[in-house]
Amino acid sequence: MSEVLLAINGLAAGYGASEVLRDIDLEVGAGEIVAVLGSNGAGKSTLNRTISGVLRATRGSIRFAGHAIEREKPAKIVARGLIHVPEARCVFPNLTIEENLDLGSYRRGRAHRERNRARVFAIFPRLAERRAQRAGTLSGGEQQMLAIGRGLMAEPQLLILDEPSLGLSPRLVEELFALIQRINAAGVALLLVEQNVVQCLEVARRAYVLEGGTFVLHGNAADIRADPNLKRAYLGL
Amino acid sequence: MKQASLAHIAVVVAVLAAVPLLTASNVVLNFLVVALLIALVGQGWNVLGGYGGQYSFGHAAFFGTGAYVSAILQTRYGVNAWAAFALGIAGGALVGALIGALTFRSGLKGSYFALVTLAFAEVLRILASVAPITGAGVGILITLDLRPQAFQFQSRAPFYWIILALLAVSFLIVRLIEQSRFGAWLVAVRENEEAAKAVGVNTQRVKLAAMTISAAITAAGGAFYAQYFLFVDSGIAYGPWISIEALLAPIVGGIGTTFGPLLGALVVKMLGELTKLVTGDAPGLDLVIYGGVLILIVAFAPRGIAGLIADLRLRFARARPRLRERAHG
Repeated sequence: MSEVLLAINGLAAGYGASEVLRDIDLEVGAGEIVAVLGSNGAGKSTLNRTISGVLRATRGSIRFAGHAIEREKPAKIVARGLIHVPEARCVFPNLTIEENLDLGSYRRGRAHRERNRARVFAIFPRLAERRAQRAGTLSGGEQQMLAIGRGLMAEPQLLILDEPSLGLSPRLVEELFALIQRINAAGVALLLVEQNVVQCLEVARRAYVLEGGTFVLHGNAADIRADPNLKRAYLGL
Repeated sequence: MKQASLAHIAVVVAVLAAVPLLTASNVVLNFLVVALLIALVGQGWNVLGGYGGQYSFGHAAFFGTGAYVSAILQTRYGVNAWAAFALGIAGGALVGALIGALTFRSGLKGSYFALVTLAFAEVLRILASVAPITGAGVGILITLDLRPQAFQFQSRAPFYWIILALLAVSFLIVRLIEQSRFGAWLVAVRENEEAAKAVGVNTQRVKLAAMTISAAITAAGGAFYAQYFLFVDSGIAYGPWISIEALLAPIVGGIGTTFGPLLGALVVKMLGELTKLVTGDAPGLDLVIYGGVLILIVAFAPRGIAGLIADLRLRFARARPRLRERAHG
């Protein structure tokens, strides 16, 4: 693996007295695509919220690009280039597509903003066509693209996508995973936190399987796909 | 949403500034001074509620602090009225920052935020009604001293121009916010706080800054009130009436718009005067009218009068080419 971008060691987190995550160790290398797979309630969202700083870790460390970030505010973590695209339609419905995108880039200068916007429009031509339209009028799939585009506006080193394929039609899911590979080809590392096992394992290099708040399996995507334990862990059989 | 340009602001202010040249009627000027005062107080609310989506029911806390700080400094410590006015604004901003820090830090949102702000204003009202420094139940009478140095005037016109100038400053502040990165962040917080966090907005800090600016603008209204009426007591300063006026004006006029609070204040105050003409001075009836207006606006025109105007314009713009076709065809 190349240089380590995100390194999580012995992480535990939860809400109040109930611990949702424990003994989490995870690594994402620069430019890598890594998948975290798990069924509903396995702790995927809690993991995302903890990495992005919305939820405080109770134990363990999170290092990003050489900095300890487990005590930092979400805004600081975003400024470091770790961008979290939250689950399902987390856009600003009454703002236009362009305004939505610009909000992803306000930490950078105007010149950056325009360059980033051009780059995002090149990846998502449909967003360019509708740049003056209100985000709330977009379809679910388009809103998902917009949320990812907004994440790209911040010039991320690592993009965490939370259930990006949730609620999308099979055709759109295909399109989405093709886009994920395009984004990755531009040098952005991605952490996909997904229920969609098959497609995820096709694009990811390595994968972790989350069950009951801890990783029960991890390794190369190809090995995970072949592992009989995957079905058991994932489907809870 | 379309933003008001500097030219719009200049025209509105210029038209309003000409009124005292056209009429010397004290009734008209007094009505306008009070309406503009409510517009200013409402503009304060609008910064936090309209742009930031944080609905406060307790803007009396800032209005009252502005009024009391200014009145107390003048009467008890002999501070110059203009300096006291400035310190009143600073005091209101400080109270806003304190209440904001407490409520936002504990993560209060929506109706919880509204109720807690209401509670803060009520606590201040009760404290002011018993504390000796605020004149307890008697209130504070500012000594009559009709000189411009004492921020008191023989006629109403100077007061009118001053409140108009304050309102003009508030227009500029709102325009500055609309065009700044801070404003974009504030609207992001209103639209979707989780998503705002995800794009790296420090939502706590943005809300706190909005509340401080909001409180300062509303406190300016309070300090002006003290100067205009030369009397403050706990019911006037911290009473629920002003919290209601503060949110009614922008909601009726158009929430999150530059001129919404002004439009709303003029309409609401005119309605109030009309009711008085029809019914005499039956106590509480104006509040009944306000309640009715508020229900109608929220039900049928959630974007207020400004929103209605924008819709009509759009419909007119669409209808015009059709009319022309008909005329030619």
